[in-house]
Amino acid sequence: MKKSLSDGEWPWEVDADIIRLYPAREASLGAFSMSTEASHEIVYEARDLAKVYRMGEVTVHALRGIDVSFYESELVVLLGHSGSGKSTLLNILGGLDVPSSGEVFYRSRKMSDFSEAELTRYRREHVGFVFQFYNLIPSLTARENVGLVTEIARDPMRPEDALALVGLAERMDRFPSQLSGGEQQRVAIARAIAKQPDVLLCDEPTGALDLETGILVLEAIDRVNRELGTTTVVITHNSVIAEMAHRVIRLSDGRIESITSNATVRQARELNW
Amino acid sequence: MRALDRKLWRDLFHMRGQAAAIASVIACGIAVFVGARSTLRSLEEARQSYYERYRFAEVFSGLRRAPRSVAERIREIPGIAAVDDRIVEGVILDVPGLAEPAVAKLISLPDSGEPHLNGIHLLRGRFPETFRTGEVLAEEAFVDEHDFEPGDSVEAVLNGRLQKLTIVGVGMSPEYITTIQGGSLWPDDKRFGIFWMPRRQMEAAFEMEGAFNDVALSLASGAMEAEVIRLLDRRLLRYGGLGAIGRDLHVSHRFITDELAQLRIMSLIPPSIFLGVAVFLLNVSLRRILTLQREQVAALKAFGYSTARIGLHYAGMVGVIVAIGAFVGCGLGLWMGKSMTGMYVEFYRFPGTLFRIDPLVLATGTGLGFLSAMVGVATSVRHAVSVPAAEAMRPEPPADYRPSFIERLGWHRFLSQSSRMILRELARRPAKAVMTTIGIAFACAVLVVGSFGKDAVDFLIDFQFGLQERHDASLTFYEAVPARAISSLRNISGVEEVEVSRSVPVRIVHGQFSRQTSLAGLGERRELFRLLDTGGHVVELPPAGLLLSSALASILKVRPGELVRVEVLDYERPVREIPVVGLVDDFAGTAAYMSLPALHTFLGEPPVITGAWIRILEGRENTVFRKLKETPVISGVTLQRVAVEGFMESFADNILRMRMYNVAFACVIAIGVVYNSARVALSERSRELATLRVIGFTRHEVSAILLGELFFLTALAIPLGFAIGYGLCFLISTALETELYRIPLVLNPSTYVFAGLVVMVAAAGSGLLVRRGIDRLDLVAVLKSRE
Repeated sequence: MKKSLSDGEWPWEVDADIIRLYPAREASLGAFSMSTEASHEIVYEARDLAKVYRMGEVTVHALRGIDVSFYESELVVLLGHSGSGKSTLLNILGGLDVPSSGEVFYRSRKMSDFSEAELTRYRREHVGFVFQFYNLIPSLTARENVGLVTEIARDPMRPEDALALVGLAERMDRFPSQLSGGEQQRVAIARAIAKQPDVLLCDEPTGALDLETGILVLEAIDRVNRELGTTTVVITHNSVIAEMAHRVIRLSDGRIESITSNATVRQARELNW
Repeated sequence: MRALDRKLWRDLFHMRGQAAAIASVIACGIAVFVGARSTLRSLEEARQSYYERYRFAEVFSGLRRAPRSVAERIREIPGIAAVDDRIVEGVILDVPGLAEPAVAKLISLPDSGEPHLNGIHLLRGRFPETFRTGEVLAEEAFVDEHDFEPGDSVEAVLNGRLQKLTIVGVGMSPEYITTIQGGSLWPDDKRFGIFWMPRRQMEAAFEMEGAFNDVALSLASGAMEAEVIRLLDRRLLRYGGLGAIGRDLHVSHRFITDELAQLRIMSLIPPSIFLGVAVFLLNVSLRRILTLQREQVAALKAFGYSTARIGLHYAGMVGVIVAIGAFVGCGLGLWMGKSMTGMYVEFYRFPGTLFRIDPLVLATGTGLGFLSAMVGVATSVRHAVSVPAAEAMRPEPPADYRPSFIERLGWHRFLSQSSRMILRELARRPAKAVMTTIGIAFACAVLVVGSFGKDAVDFLIDFQFGLQERHDASLTFYEAVPARAISSLRNISGVEEVEVSRSVPVRIVHGQFSRQTSLAGLGERRELFRLLDTGGHVVELPPAGLLLSSALASILKVRPGELVRVEVLDYERPVREIPVVGLVDDFAGTAAYMSLPALHTFLGEPPVITGAWIRILEGRENTVFRKLKETPVISGVTLQRVAVEGFMESFADNILRMRMYNVAFACVIAIGVVYNSARVALSERSRELATLRVIGFTRHEVSAILLGELFFLTALAIPLGFAIGYGLCFLISTALETELYRIPLVLNPSTYVFAGLVVMVAAAGSGLLVRRGIDRLDLVAVLKSRE
């Protein structure tokens, strides 16, 4: 299937109606480009963000004063070794963790002001998560795993459409134990995008997958970003994946080492490692 | 401490909530066992030593009158060790401060020395002096009920003459561990007492010089009781022998024996339930630990620990939990035993302290706890530790789910994702779901069983006094009196209605089966004393033939239409074959009935009566009672309704106490099962639940998924618990059925409501405890790790 792809096509059959049904967000015009960065609204803004953990006797500085912004519809790759602070940053953005100091603004709203209930609502309505180990509910089929989210979201896709977007229209009624790792991760992506989130946060989405399946998963993420205009943040320690991003943020030892914009954004299927 | 032992203690500390819950269930099981068994042993031993020390007789017989030389001839019967001939008479008492007449049984004391049999344990005061008129020794229960002290006196009608009786001493006897008036089903210590009086005084008062009317015997070792009874009856035939009985039909002995049987059942059924539930909980918890520690088991094996050593390590965890449970259970059991024995002392009087700690009972209880726990977990432990190390290193294969049965029926449209998760989790491990349900159901059943006794007694009281015996007092006469005496009763101002009866002691024989009982002739009008079956329907009394209580019919193995031989044990002692014309399916006793004219014809006598039931106009009770106290012909007055109300009142505290025990026990089971299952589910599914929290489920929604399963099972368990409870009540009522009582299988709706509510509250409470665990889920950590 992959060999027959031509530029701009999905690696699997997707009904054009589905794309029409769930159009890209207003501000995003299909593809993000650096030249238009200024015209894109800021989704997240972090100021002097720090996070200190206490692990028994040891104090771990996971983040040491980070200033960074994320823009509407861009795809950002957070690159760094383990312990560099990238997951901590992602968890704070996703409302799973709170910073020790500094501020994060989500669309100009200070996240530290969010109550526990507001954080839950924020995750429910605005954020889609994809994890390294998929975290599917084993007792629910692919369709039902997506349904789990669409049942509680405000303006969701149909689960079937979300699964069709990741190429699993045929395997919707399989249980996780009946799906391959790549398929399970695509179900996880479908589950994350089905609520039509503002942002898609992916923590090592290909970490547990081989190259070929990893690329299929990245293609799904790539498409979601481009076609639906969802602001996407992908964590990886694989620098090759950075080539598909609009911007690459490198972290090291809790600090931002560099922020670079890719002049040419490569499509996921062109990647190789 | 060895490293592996340190691991054991830390693992236990880590699961302390669950360990405590399981240990509590074990403790309850052992506590009930130890409590009931210690009480049983204490009562048995106390009774045994009381009987031996005070020479409780083995055969008893009443008679009309015989010269004392007959006693000498009785002694010649082979197999008899000792004979005690005495004078026993019923008298009406006028007790200061008591409006209604009381009844005393006067028993003669030898003029010198103690009775040969049925000795008396003197508690206070002294024995009466032979030559002093009016001195008596009184049985403790009656004295305590009226706060009498030696020196106090009551008035009594002795053979038609009013006499003052002065209590000079207080005692107790193995013959009257409980004092129940003949024909009564309940003790009434306020209105019935035992008095001992010197023989010389009784001979004078009742014109019984050189004679006796009651005899008690003890048997030589190896003697055949039935044979002795047969020979004794023959010897007393001429003297109006009323039929001898063994201890098995002796009222006080029989009451305690029934009570001991109840205790024996109590020491078996509830502990089995508790230990069964504990085994299940241990199994579930241990399985979870073994799954979580799969890799640790592999590592230990890789280091060179033997399979047996690792198995022992996990068995040790179980052992510690059981040991804690056994320690607490033994302590609690001894406390329960002490308090239960205290309860019994209110009704059964023994000399000295009663409660004894029996180390064997403690050892057996503890042993049962260990045995059941080890048998229960052996398979899981063996299975887990025998997995080869390399295999154990790999994580267990992922859980395999399927659409549940309900969904396959096509009902999935109606189910939310959360409900599907719940249903599939249940469908994936049906055995666990079933066991959890049964566990909770038993909590409910324990409550149902706990209320059963009270429901049954309430029903019996309503039945007996609301439907069957609708009189205010039942009177018995010294002698048969002409039936026209009824009019003098009717003429007492305040008496509204009177009905009469004629009773004779009889032996009813059917083939090889025979039973001594009393045959009552009933008049045509039966409003104050009605013959009813268990359904409350009036049973007709045919003009001829016998009506038997169904308990008596089953003893005699006789059916309606068959003939039985009726041997009258009094007067002319006629014997006749009489057909059984019907059965009365009643709750108490082994009575036989005939129509009054038929009985007169059978006895070949003019119309006479030996007893009456009266109904008194409201507010006129005291006038009537005063008149009855002065009527010389009356030997006994029973106010059953008043007696039962008093009995129940004094019992109310105990009923409340038992109910509290039951609620506590049921809560321990319900909380133990629900809390444990929820903890295990939380541990198994923390990753899943954390994922749900991350994708935007509220704590409330996540809790609903975890606890929904348990609440669903609780909802199933409650009706199941009702059914199990009903079944257990059936077992108990069958097992406890005696000649004195048939326990009706009656459960009030309020019992079910109460049981259901307690279980729901306990389940909800344990749910809340576990909910805190959901609130504390570490979302980030759970997602970062591979399961």
